[in-house]
Amino acid sequence: MKRFSVLPLLVLFAATVYAQERPAAPEGSGKETPSAGGSAGTVEETRMKALEDQVRTLAEQVALLRGELKEFRDANSVRPRPADQVLLASSHVEPGTLPTSAPVSAVPSAPEPAPSAASPQVAQTQSYGGATSNAKLLNPDISLIGDFIGTAGRNTISPSRSLELHESEVGMQAIIDPYARADVFISFGEEGVNVEEGYVTFTALPAGLLLKVGKMRAEFGKVNTIHNHALPFIDRPLVTNNLVGGEDGIDDAGISLSRFLPAPKNWFFQGTAQVYRGDSSNVFTANQRQDVSVVGHLRLYRDLGESTNIDLGGSYARGHNNAAIGTTFNPDAFVTNLYSADATLRWKPLRRAIYHSFLFRTELFWSARDQLSPLNIFETQHAFGLYSSAEYRVNRRWTVGGRFDRSARAANASLTDTGFSGILTYWPSEFSQIRGQYRYGHLWDITNTRFTNANEFLFQFLFVMGAHGAHPF
Amino acid sequence: MHNANRYTRLFALLTALSLLCATCPLEARAESKLNIMTATTDLAALAQEVGGDRVEVESIARGYQDPHFVEAKPSFLLKLRKADLLIVVGLELEIGWLPPLISQSTNPKIQVGAPGYFDASRFAKILEIPTGVVTRAEGDVHPLGNPHYWLDPENGLRIAKGIQNKLSEMRPNDAAYFAQRYDSFEQRIKQADEKWLAAMKPYAGRKIVTYHRSWPNFAEHFHLDVVGYVEPRPGIPPSPQHTVELIGLMRRDGVKIIAVEPYFDLKTPNAVARETGGKVVVLMPSVGGEKEITDYFKLFDYDIAKLKQAFDETK
Repeated sequence: MKRFSVLPLLVLFAATVYAQERPAAPEGSGKETPSAGGSAGTVEETRMKALEDQVRTLAEQVALLRGELKEFRDANSVRPRPADQVLLASSHVEPGTLPTSAPVSAVPSAPEPAPSAASPQVAQTQSYGGATSNAKLLNPDISLIGDFIGTAGRNTISPSRSLELHESEVGMQAIIDPYARADVFISFGEEGVNVEEGYVTFTALPAGLLLKVGKMRAEFGKVNTIHNHALPFIDRPLVTNNLVGGEDGIDDAGISLSRFLPAPKNWFFQGTAQVYRGDSSNVFTANQRQDVSVVGHLRLYRDLGESTNIDLGGSYARGHNNAAIGTTFNPDAFVTNLYSADATLRWKPLRRAIYHSFLFRTELFWSARDQLSPLNIFETQHAFGLYSSAEYRVNRRWTVGGRFDRSARAANASLTDTGFSGILTYWPSEFSQIRGQYRYGHLWDITNTRFTNANEFLFQFLFVMGAHGAHPF
Repeated sequence: MHNANRYTRLFALLTALSLLCATCPLEARAESKLNIMTATTDLAALAQEVGGDRVEVESIARGYQDPHFVEAKPSFLLKLRKADLLIVVGLELEIGWLPPLISQSTNPKIQVGAPGYFDASRFAKILEIPTGVVTRAEGDVHPLGNPHYWLDPENGLRIAKGIQNKLSEMRPNDAAYFAQRYDSFEQRIKQADEKWLAAMKPYAGRKIVTYHRSWPNFAEHFHLDVVGYVEPRPGIPPSPQHTVELIGLMRRDGVKIIAVEPYFDLKTPNAVARETGGKVVVLMPSVGGEKEITDYFKLFDYDIAKLKQAFDETK
């Protein structure tokens, strides 16, 4: 019995092998012909002619198919597309996947020679099966923003590298289910990887509540909420570095609850309350589990006409700090309170929105930090800092801006750093940006205990790949 | 200072509570009118045609504004929060501004996929759906097709039908009213379309240049031939080299009309017109682009009158 079943199998195998090899055979013999009859030009000519004819018929067939395809697609596009709900769930679609509904069904009816001669477009859609392409539609929107920074000039206080790929931010954003969406931003720096933000937003809660859970940039003022690539400058203001945790700022794991509050007509008033674990850069340190930090934010906004608006905010943050770590004092008693007020004036004429706009922003910060004085006595340092910045879009591609910085140091309020910057930005398109910044700083030098001047030129190249979701206004 | 934790917890609790309490004065709804927000004025006009006095309609973007670049202002949140229905253009036209508005609106009714989220592109005939590999080397391409589809009266009718069904679904008691409104709209738009087609007939097959790819549906319906664009690629500002090529193309093909949307700078179009003896026409892609364009019919009235005048002047 066994032998009988093996025999047909063998035959079948041989047949398949033969069938697979067969198409290759003419090619092999074709290669031999020219070398064999090299001098006989007539043979080659007739061959050429035959080939030409073949190409012509193929081209005709392709044209025919294209026409059919177009008809098919036109007819298809009129019909409501049931797959759209899925499409919208992840608003970015992988290249080549969308038109599958038409070409995939059209391809099987195509005559055999067509695929080889057809345009790459048809070949492309052909390689996707219906199921796989639909699965791809559920992928999150994926983006990468590269942020390359170069620095020249003199700065002995906080020198940065001459050239660096400062950050590559990978964003993944998707609607999770009918009740929530999630946004994750992973930042690859030169030294390591860091989840800059990763949170789920519950959009369908009752009573107008908006709940976010995850790691987030805290709603503390304006600049703290903005990702590096979306800043109107290359660096962050001095006050961010001195009082609010530097580049990462208050960025921690926590829960955020916000809601629109009752307000006079045409005023937008929003309140946000957030609770974090209490570990944020050098601002907050949780020594024990109870040491959570809290952030509260109130935002007041009003349109002053269709092109101008004003945006005001007040924020408060409180958390434990690291001042008593390594001392005999109870670290529980050392708290940092932060207060901030921000104001933004924007102007953007609607008819020329892509050519001209103006933004003025100022943020004030107060820090009250419990710490030990040089004589090991408990004290609270009250430091103040601010920045003011303005930017003007000159035309579609150029923006000029400036920033003034002034900030005391959180641990020693008597030392006040000052600085200003001039910024010029060029946009080749919406998806890339080239920026130059001149930065002057009058900074305290701890090692030499005196103020020194820093004069630097920074330049930055930003590029965006994929679908990076819009950031909140 | 030992009670710092207690403070912290108390603060968190109080804030949460105060936020919760603030919910009480809201929700004063007795209004039976459907509250409709739309992304653009054209969709608002269509919704108004069908909804009549049973709906309250407002658009986020203005008619003279570039619908790709609308700012997601918090003032829109106040309106979206109260909306029963949100009608969007779709095809990623609003991708730069609408998603954060929707997710921050705290309105479950209009979230993507919810019954109050209405994507008008699902009902329209879509052109210029890219095939093959889509990259941004082609500029700001819309992978799902050209989103300026409302500039074809037939699409207007299709969208209106979709809106009629949606409104009837949301307000079954008013279904007859919406059906009657739609029938009236259908009749009027068919009449108007005959008039528009007749007006455009003498210019059938005429070649024009446009600034952005806003007009494929319009051009197809009214038998115009868009042969070039002032933008070298969608969303990329005009470059000198492309402008020179465009001038060459217009001279060779005898193209005289440059149609420009109201939100683009006229410097390059004017320069091209000077070089080619052509004419720049500012056509309105949306209702409300000019004060007089108060509804969907007047939009075509306006654009066709402008085009006719320009064709006649450049004969």
